[in-house]
Amino acid sequence: MSPPLALALHAALLAGLPPLMLGVIARTKAWAAGRRGPPLLQPYHDLARLLRKGAVYSRTTTAIFAAGPIVSLAALLTAGLLTPLATNHAPLGFMGDIVAFGCLLALARFMTMAAALDTGSSFEGLGASREATFSALTEPTLFLILAVLCLPAGSPSFEGAWNAVSWTAPGLARAPLLAAAAALFLVLLAENSRIPVDDPTTHLELTMIHEVMVLDHSGPDFAFILHAAALKLFLFGGLLIHAVLPFPGDPWAGLAILLAGQLALAVLVGTVESVMARLRLVQVPQFLIGGFAVAVVGLVAHFYRIGR
Amino acid sequence: MFDLALAAAAILCLSAVLAAIVARSDRLCLRVGTAGALLASALGAVGAAGALLAGEERSLHLRWPLPVGELHLGTDPLSSFFLLCIFTVSGLAAIYGAGYLPSHLGTRRLAPAVAFFNLLVAAMVLVVVARDGILLIVAWEIMSIASFFLVAFEHDRADVRRAAFTYLIASQLGVVFLFILFALLSRAAGSYDFDLLRATAASTSRLANAAFLLALVGFGTKAGFWPLHVWLPDAHPAAPSHVSALMSGVMIKMGIYGLLRTLLFLGPPPAWWGVVLVAIGAVSGILGVLQALAQHDLKRLLAYHSVENIGIIALGIGVGLLGQSHAQPAVAFLGFAGALLHVLNHGLFKTLLFQGAGSVLHATRTADLDSLGGLQRRMPTTGLTFLIGAAAICGLPPLNGFVSEWLVFVGALRGGASLPPAWALPSLVAVLALALIGGLAVACFVKAYGVVFLGEPRTPLPAPAHEPARAMRVAMILSSLLCVAIGLWPAGAVRLVAPAVALLGTPGSDASGTAAGLSAITSVAVVILASAAGLTLVRALLLRSRPVTRAATWGCGYAAPTPRMQYTAASFASTVLEPFAPVIYSKTHAEPPRGHFPTAARYEEHVGDMAGERILLPAYRRLLDLLGRARVLQQGRIQLYLAYIFITLIALLVWQLAGMRGR
Repeated sequence: MSPPLALALHAALLAGLPPLMLGVIARTKAWAAGRRGPPLLQPYHDLARLLRKGAVYSRTTTAIFAAGPIVSLAALLTAGLLTPLATNHAPLGFMGDIVAFGCLLALARFMTMAAALDTGSSFEGLGASREATFSALTEPTLFLILAVLCLPAGSPSFEGAWNAVSWTAPGLARAPLLAAAAALFLVLLAENSRIPVDDPTTHLELTMIHEVMVLDHSGPDFAFILHAAALKLFLFGGLLIHAVLPFPGDPWAGLAILLAGQLALAVLVGTVESVMARLRLVQVPQFLIGGFAVAVVGLVAHFYRIGR
Repeated sequence: MFDLALAAAAILCLSAVLAAIVARSDRLCLRVGTAGALLASALGAVGAAGALLAGEERSLHLRWPLPVGELHLGTDPLSSFFLLCIFTVSGLAAIYGAGYLPSHLGTRRLAPAVAFFNLLVAAMVLVVVARDGILLIVAWEIMSIASFFLVAFEHDRADVRRAAFTYLIASQLGVVFLFILFALLSRAAGSYDFDLLRATAASTSRLANAAFLLALVGFGTKAGFWPLHVWLPDAHPAAPSHVSALMSGVMIKMGIYGLLRTLLFLGPPPAWWGVVLVAIGAVSGILGVLQALAQHDLKRLLAYHSVENIGIIALGIGVGLLGQSHAQPAVAFLGFAGALLHVLNHGLFKTLLFQGAGSVLHATRTADLDSLGGLQRRMPTTGLTFLIGAAAICGLPPLNGFVSEWLVFVGALRGGASLPPAWALPSLVAVLALALIGGLAVACFVKAYGVVFLGEPRTPLPAPAHEPARAMRVAMILSSLLCVAIGLWPAGAVRLVAPAVALLGTPGSDASGTAAGLSAITSVAVVILASAAGLTLVRALLLRSRPVTRAATWGCGYAAPTPRMQYTAASFASTVLEPFAPVIYSKTHAEPPRGHFPTAARYEEHVGDMAGERILLPAYRRLLDLLGRARVLQQGRIQLYLAYIFITLIALLVWQLAGMRGR
């Protein structure tokens, strides 16, 4: 596939697919609860509706409030260009892209929190403070996972990491990878405000984390926020799928694997949300430390493997 | 090019003297001092950049009246790089000072602030061009004393005097270790001259290890390594804001320079030095940012962030040393380059942030976070530039902080892959520490920027807050432009550090992989900006024909919100700090609301510093006890003292006689 076509495919995936994840999760939860649930494409309808609406701004807010969703979505789109999707190669991938990936997520978070504080609402301040806490605690785990993924390749890039995985070697050789993937799943739940860390469908502001930070956004701004949230889940999903499934060089076959993987992941997230309750806020750090411990297991497995 | 730097130093000294001569007229004095500082900075920065790009090495011997040491000046890429940092930051600080100092007109004499500022810059220049141990210590002392007088500028305030004396004592304690360091080194080399030290001093590994540890304490006190940083959070806020910028931006980096210069004397480093620096970096970085989060004063918060950033620099040097000791040139290059570039970057964004804090202080007369709020509308330029500085210090793309942290990150990750497992582990610890520091820094600067500039004022502002004087705005805009420029063109910035990195002893750095990464960072930055611009356009088009209204913030059904209900800095930080409570030394006094009709309630929080209160103070008390026992000797009777002298003489005589008998 020629680079421009690959780039176009990649961009189309980033723009088109993420909302589907939210639809599948909602459908899974409805099915588990014995409800019919919203249509699978409901998130697309929501986005279209929001994009057609006007907006209401608080008199307290400044340009930062409007810049928040824009910069967050821009940062996540850029991170999307660093994440391999249908093949092992990403359009913007380079040596050290995993660091840029982590820092771009931080940029998105920084602006979301600043926009929340811009409203002067105590609820949004509360949400920003919780987001800051949990993301600061997640950051080392995320980087440890990324380190475990790229250590065998010796080069801190996604492409190097995925190319270095030997899919024909005995399963034990992939133990570090599998532990990292397990930890990545926990980080995915935490970073994307899913149960058991945060409940995206809760209706009490006092218990929210991500939703409470965006209470005041409306219209196209809120559409950007929704898409950015879906995109973040999609990108973490992309990493997780690459860690557990082999991708052939062919982009169309890879696309099929990616799609199947993302759908399976969405069903898995929906299942977790159906069978678990949200943790009390004070227990969230313990959950995050649990994720870190799993990643450490991956690191130990890596050193054990190269030690032999 | 070296001549330009020397000329700049001469101009600085001359203008300092002139400013002191015309001290009676505050305005004239400020004009003379600023003109001198600006001219010197421009000349010096051009000279240093030229010398760096040309790889110039020079040496100059001058007459020296003292019996020890000699007046040997010189430059090499390491010196040139630090000269570039000094001149850039001091230029920015001088522009800002020209607008900031007039607010003190009529209350204080400006002459000390002007003359000692220029003297401090000149002393720093001398520190990095000195090629002799004694000369370096002399320059070091001038630097410490000049900055002491700058810290003590508002000496009519008791807290300022206290901060200044704490600083003076700390720097004098630090310099003791430097005396021992150079005495040890010169005993082996037979001279204080750097050329000879470099050739011979690393003769034994025991000497090298001792010298390394001495340099770590001596230079680390100035740099602010934890727990030697205790002077720093007091001294930086006490000084006028442009001086805080200069001290935090470059003066503490002289400690880093000294450490690197000493490493050059000591030959090939053993790997454990790298581990020590990684440990120091991780502890300084994490505890620095946690302490910063707990602060209620904007300038103190920024001062603690200096400890954090020094930690990041130490992590970079540590990774570099790990790579160097195992002949991994790529790891060594990335670590050293990241550390050095972070010296420049931190100089730029910390200057910017202290300038912003100074403007806030100037406009509202307070730096207490919990009384501020809503300044973005009232001071848009200050707000926007502060936001750029805040994002840069958090290491966010597309700004300069990201570039240097990326270098250290990549170096540490590659170290984790290529070093033997026992040494890969510290390298990975550096990765984790950087990640945690980054996450906490984001929390801290969202807090700082959000609480000061966003929302509504938490208390009625004493005066209608306004933008600062033009010179101050110009300085803030220039600083932020430099932060953006390095973020957009990292390859250019790394070209400036590469010669110094090569000097630090990295044979054949892997330029290719890093160069590709750096140009990719440029594309990442361009993509962010382009997609943000595109989304802004989309939003504008969508909203063009739709109703856009303004209303009150949604209070979740609550109808009578007041600005006092906003999240404060303390409430924002308390959630973040909760998991770290054991290492944050804070005391709270609370009287919660009681009864069905609560009246007054009160909440107070005092944040101490674990290093000071749990480590240094107890150690100091124990030392004092120990020394107190020696008072037995001091009875205040002259006969006894005469007896001491007599006994000493007898002892010396016996010693001498025994020596002669032996021969």
